[in-house]
Amino acid sequence: MEHYLSLLVKSIFIENLALAFFLGMCTFLAISKKIETAIGLGIAVAAVQVITVPLNNLLFQFLLKDGALAWAGFPEVNLSFLGLISYIGVIAAVVQILEMLLDKYFPALYHALGIFLPLITVNCAILGGTLFMVERDYNFAESAVYGLGSGVSWALAIISLAGIREKLKYSDVPPALQGLGITFITAGLMSLGFMAFSGIQL
Amino acid sequence: MSHEIKGTLTDPLVNNNPIAFQVLGICSALAVTTTLTTALIMSLSLTVVTAFSNFFISLLRNQIPSNIRIIVQMIVIASLVIVVDQLLQAFAYSTSKQLSVFVGLIITNCIVLGRAEAFAMQNPPVASFLDGIGNGLGYSLILVSVGTIRELFGSGSLLGIQILPLIKDGGWYQPIGIMLLPPSAFFIIGLLIWALRTWKPSQQEAPSYSILERTENT
Repeated sequence: MEHYLSLLVKSIFIENLALAFFLGMCTFLAISKKIETAIGLGIAVAAVQVITVPLNNLLFQFLLKDGALAWAGFPEVNLSFLGLISYIGVIAAVVQILEMLLDKYFPALYHALGIFLPLITVNCAILGGTLFMVERDYNFAESAVYGLGSGVSWALAIISLAGIREKLKYSDVPPALQGLGITFITAGLMSLGFMAFSGIQL
Repeated sequence: MSHEIKGTLTDPLVNNNPIAFQVLGICSALAVTTTLTTALIMSLSLTVVTAFSNFFISLLRNQIPSNIRIIVQMIVIASLVIVVDQLLQAFAYSTSKQLSVFVGLIITNCIVLGRAEAFAMQNPPVASFLDGIGNGLGYSLILVSVGTIRELFGSGSLLGIQILPLIKDGGWYQPIGIMLLPPSAFFIIGLLIWALRTWKPSQQEAPSYSILERTENT
């Protein structure tokens, strides 16, 4: 139990997907002008991450890994080179299914998150979470915890950046640094802040 | 015609740089720039993938039904990335270990999909190929400059060759440790954008609020 708790804390704070690994930067910088949209996108990413990381873990453990097809009678087959294309397929399919389910059963939530869902397919944070899971060879339970932690970490980062940017628009920024430039510097300072967690050993 | 080719190739370098102006593909630009070698390999991989994905998608553009075009584009891109990934693992294994997941993440790099969607779906194959190379070079320009700054000041070397002699080896240079850590990448790109937009004021963004000049006697 303790092992999972430390994995969760580690993936949220110490190995923050956005601020330590720079994943999902395009949307992170582009859709953080308003705090409401940032919350919507953050929740959507966390939700997709919680579903796709364990799903891809099953795919990796039982179909793609070296020797994983032993249960089907092919112990010497290694399909791990097909990883990238399978993971992105799973992600695209999950996003599409989620969009249809939300539209049918939770129309209010669909209207709140709707415009962000297609963007999530190409969000590197989602594919990045899966690839880290594969690289570190997590088991199913660990991958579920890691999916939750990394999704929440990304949501946390984008919501805090949006909060800062809402205040920042009243400040006197040099014209050439306006917009994108100052956002980069703000994200840098946030990343510096999150580095304070990096010494923590769990 | 040659003028057009030159335009397609050079426009994304400065005037329409994918990272600094279109805000695309930043993730990997920040993560792989701690040394110049990884930055160069990453630039090369991305340029190759963008050029060929543009080329193949442009060849297929009249056959792709528009409602499933994203999936078709993703499959073309993912296949190319798998080829690049396998080649790197075969011929540059240690660098491919350093790049870790970021080669795979070329799939979700917005430059590749963005150019496929915005350019290759409307233009003939050769022009699309050149557009891919041009945007790849624009990305490489930023990546290589950030990689040079970070490796030179962070560890005093370039491409692994010691340029500035370090104090611990009897030289005079004290390496700036933060250059090798994540925050410095944000700062360097922020400052590069500042420099670029001071040089090309047309790329500046309008502020959402303007601050009144201070007036006397109020």
